[in-house]
Amino acid sequence: MKARVTVTLKAGVLDPQGQAIEGSLKSLGMSGVGGVRQGKVFDLLLDATDESAARAAVTTMCEKLLANTVIENYTIEISN
Amino acid sequence: MKSAVIVFPGLNRDRDMIAALTQISGKAPATVWHQDAEIPDVDLIVIPGGFSYGDYLRCGAIAARSPIMDAVRAKAASGVNILGVCNGFQILIEAGLLPGALMRNMSLKFVCRDVKLEVTNADTDFTRGYSQGQVINCPVAHHDGNYFADSETITQLEDNGQVAFRYAENTNPNGSINDIAGILNTKKNVLGLMPHPENLIEAAHGGTDGRALFSGLLGRAA
Repeated sequence: MKARVTVTLKAGVLDPQGQAIEGSLKSLGMSGVGGVRQGKVFDLLLDATDESAARAAVTTMCEKLLANTVIENYTIEISN
Repeated sequence: MKSAVIVFPGLNRDRDMIAALTQISGKAPATVWHQDAEIPDVDLIVIPGGFSYGDYLRCGAIAARSPIMDAVRAKAASGVNILGVCNGFQILIEAGLLPGALMRNMSLKFVCRDVKLEVTNADTDFTRGYSQGQVINCPVAHHDGNYFADSETITQLEDNGQVAFRYAENTNPNGSINDIAGILNTKKNVLGLMPHPENLIEAAHGGTDGRALFSGLLGRAA
């Protein structure tokens, strides 16, 4: 199975990189952007064949390594 | 004082730290490779600065999950003093030995310059060489030193005297909350700080303000 993990900064955590990207979009003349928050995406190839087992395994990976849960949230999408 | 320096691939301040410890304690520290499982019987364990694992994933994240960190955790629990400088601070935080997180500098720039540090708690093994409220010079060199924690954690750090050093005189180089430059664990035997005291220990460095941190530690175990 495959898993896609998206890691984003928690609400309220300052994101200077997102702010710089927002400023750059504005300087390129792209208006209408009210805010930018940047993050990370991980694509994992898994041995698991069962969705709930895959989700449980990836949740552990997120808690132990992929995300810093002091400042980051994560979401997991599982697919075949 | 017997000391040990933990070495991870990608560190580049380990030799400076070994030189400082050797010069001030009169004895070369043991060096412990990150794949080892045991740390010799010492009074101080130091994790120096650099770019362990190329700062991949998050600064210090991969190093914090190395085999040796279980031994560091056990030594910390048994009361051995642990010092993490710069990347070493990031590693201690990622390992859960200190609270909070170190985020990208507010300026988004790598900052390499001298700052002023206020000794916020001089009543610890690490800071006893200074006086309370003393302001010292110290160099910094980092991209991710912007200390962040939730307001509950910040209150706890402030109330318990766990803030050891604060950037003073408007020299905060990274935007850290409350100008925090270095923090202690609740037992005060683990210190992490972004600035590099090991780089200011002899006249040729341009000053010796960093020396008292090491000589204070030496006093305890001498």
